Amino acid sequence: MSGTNSGYRLRIARRDYGVIEGHARSGLPNESCGLIAGRVEGFVKIVERVYPLTNIDSSEEHFTIEPHEQLRAILDMRKSGLVPLGNFHSHPNTPARPSDEDIRLALDPSASYLIISLASETPVMRAFHIESGIAAAEEIEIV
Amino acid sequence: MNIIVSGVKKEYPEGLTVQSLIEAENVEAQMYVTVSVNEEFVKNAEFADTVLSENDSVEFLYFMGGGI
Repeated sequence: MSGTNSGYRLRIARRDYGVIEGHARSGLPNESCGLIAGRVEGFVKIVERVYPLTNIDSSEEHFTIEPHEQLRAILDMRKSGLVPLGNFHSHPNTPARPSDEDIRLALDPSASYLIISLASETPVMRAFHIESGIAAAEEIEIV
Repeated sequence: MNIIVSGVKKEYPEGLTVQSLIEAENVEAQMYVTVSVNEEFVKNAEFADTVLSENDSVEFLYFMGGGI
């Protein structure tokens, strides 16, 4: 189920957006995934680091972040004074909106869930706040 | 004894198991949580038998995945 805007805004540098897009393209035809970290100022989540990680499902329709890489990323965030902001994954052939499974498995209501769609020539990235089975869009500001 | 939970040093009694720590920390959605102790993953079936030691560093990692 999708709702309206969550009130949060995600600010991401063009360079980091490019890292996500590049990781998504390099993973084709499968879904790709990773984590984002940074800091939070009020309702603005500022991405300062992107962690492209392995999708152990190696699937066009599913993803699971490799847990050892997830752990290393979390430890790196802490060492760097960054907070986990959420995760990202790609939809190689479908729009940038969370599936029922994406929503069911979104366990952290404080996280931003980014989806980048490669279904059309120009990639589309959207962010969502997911809580109690409801996905609300987060505005993305590319700087 | 001191246990480091997600980077924060905390005081817990001797003999604490991973399962006891999960309950003490009110970890939600336990079926989706992976636990590491000193950067080694603990199998879910061993949570109740894994006794923690002084200065062990524990991380709770939530499953991250999805699909169509």
